[in-house]
Amino acid sequence: MSPHGHDAHKATAYITEQDLPERPLATVPSDVIKTASWRTFLPVIHLEACTKCYVCWKFCPDVAIGIDEAGWPVVRLDYCKGCGICAEECKPRAIDMVKE
Amino acid sequence: MIASELLAQAAFIEGKHPQSFPFFGVERRGAPVTAFTRIADAPIPVRTSITEPDIVVVLDASLMRTIRVTAGLKKHGVLLVNSDHPVVGIDKRFEGRTATVDATGIALTQGLGTKSMPIVNTAILGALARVTGIVSLDAVVEAIVKFVPAKIEANAEAAKVAYREVQELQAVIH
Amino acid sequence: MPRMVLSGNYAQSYAAKLARVHVIAAYPITPQTAIVEKLGEFVASGELSAQFIKVESEHSALQACISAAALGARTYTATSSQGLLLMHELLHWASGARAPVVMGVVNRAVAPPWSIFTDHTDTVAQRDTGWIQFYAESNQEVLDTTLMAFRLAEHPDVLLPAMVTEDAFYLSHTVEPVDVPTQDEVDEFLPRRDVRGLIRPGAGVRLGSFTMPDLYEEFRHKIARAMERSAEVFFEIEDDYHRLTGRHHGGPLPTYRVDDADAVLMTMGTATTTARSVVDALRTRGNRVGLAKLRAFRPFPVKEVRQLAATVDRIGVLDRSFTFGAAGAAFTEVAAALYPETHRPALKNFVAGLGGRDLTPKVLEGMFKALLKGDGPEVDWPDLKRRAEVVRHG
Repeated sequence: MSPHGHDAHKATAYITEQDLPERPLATVPSDVIKTASWRTFLPVIHLEACTKCYVCWKFCPDVAIGIDEAGWPVVRLDYCKGCGICAEECKPRAIDMVKE
Repeated sequence: MIASELLAQAAFIEGKHPQSFPFFGVERRGAPVTAFTRIADAPIPVRTSITEPDIVVVLDASLMRTIRVTAGLKKHGVLLVNSDHPVVGIDKRFEGRTATVDATGIALTQGLGTKSMPIVNTAILGALARVTGIVSLDAVVEAIVKFVPAKIEANAEAAKVAYREVQELQAVIH
Repeated sequence: MPRMVLSGNYAQSYAAKLARVHVIAAYPITPQTAIVEKLGEFVASGELSAQFIKVESEHSALQACISAAALGARTYTATSSQGLLLMHELLHWASGARAPVVMGVVNRAVAPPWSIFTDHTDTVAQRDTGWIQFYAESNQEVLDTTLMAFRLAEHPDVLLPAMVTEDAFYLSHTVEPVDVPTQDEVDEFLPRRDVRGLIRPGAGVRLGSFTMPDLYEEFRHKIARAMERSAEVFFEIEDDYHRLTGRHHGGPLPTYRVDDADAVLMTMGTATTTARSVVDALRTRGNRVGLAKLRAFRPFPVKEVRQLAATVDRIGVLDRSFTFGAAGAAFTEVAAALYPETHRPALKNFVAGLGGRDLTPKVLEGMFKALLKGDGPEVDWPDLKRRAEVVRHG
């Protein structure tokens, strides 16, 4: 088993040193790895209380807070693990953690 | 992971030498992990991962869609699956015993965890004790009493119910 | 004496608790986190009366410990891999300030590529920092050695920091039975440190101030001498611990079935357990092989290595790390220790088990066989995944 899923080891089982690039480069961008499957609580942003300070965006340890075209923060459901840091850090308390 | 540690504690209670360890790529609640336990009468003379187990315990049967859980399992080993129906699609090369127990149902009845995240560790150990005899039910219950931090009675009951209800498949359906 | 089923990480925590540390400062990193979490629980519940200092980095953690230890407090920290590397500057500071900090290190590979699995590069790379270094084979050894490390580090003839390492996951997250000494036993073995030291507020002393070239060298030599003395002091401490607990882990280089051995493999950490089984298996098949466990890497047990080599013709040194541009560090040091000897066994370096790669009985048996045959390169990476044609060309 590898950090990239249960099947990754099958694909790499016959790779030898000669098959690897000189530098440890991953050829798959990390955002293809969806990390949201283990979420229990979902952040819900109440835009009426949001001041667009982007503290949630800044504190999110993943890439789970995006900014939409109008400048509002949005939760990117594929990446949010439900850690709750955004809700904790939100000064106007515009984010609630809601059980899914 | 908790189940493998509790199994180690139960074996220790019976005077055995356990060695139990998890393997994970990422640490996170609810993510699939594998955990291993060796149990012996004497100190265990190796520190390597386990590639050819005697027993495989599957806590989430949905993993069987993507993982060949019998990989490396000894030909005449034991496969125990948390499932409310007989499991199908087991690798043809496996000629050992297969048992199922509805650990999820038992856990929920006992109020352990939630429907989306039932806590099946203790129920599965009761079933394991019955199917393999590797530890006794008494030792499992004692380990639960000593080391489970909450809902001790419900957890002990889950193990006992699973011990009674585990079903061994008479013929393996491949 | 209670016997418990403990992980290597909890063995560290229990040792620090039984040592009644005054100050703990640490920053979490996988796979060390549980050590500090458990200590946090002990402090929160009142089972351990200690100052638990929350810090923003490993660098700060060690700085807090150095200051506390210099003032006379018994101090503990724990880290791993990148965290230890971030401490590097202060590792030198700790020994230079003669601050007897004790640190648990979970041996974890260094990035990149990123890895959380076992590898000795992190601690081996700290061999020049003036820290005493012990490598543990079992959770029992983790606990016992950590207790001994406190007494050794704080001994007035030593006053040097000490680290006790454990292989990531193979010990850190593996639970197994451990005999835990009682508080009374530990109190007898390791009395509380007298905090009324030379350095205290108002004493009018400063630590680590500017030193001109006419005296710097002398301070360095004092560290060198203290490190040498620590080897002698450790024997006394191990004997005391044995009297108290009945356990003795065999000095800095315990050996197994070496007396009539044609070839001996030297290991560090958890590879030793599996290698011991391989020795037994090979012996049943008539191969006279033995094992030596390099338990203390600093101070390096030169005398013991020489004693071992006096009766053996072939020694293999297994390094779970590599010094680029040279060879495995343990191998190089064994070779250096044996240079002045008249009987110099053939040496081979096996570099394997990096980044958590399993050191299986098969891989270890291959090392013994290569040793007995005397073939293969002097520095060998026997478990590399290579295409067959490349293997032929070595």
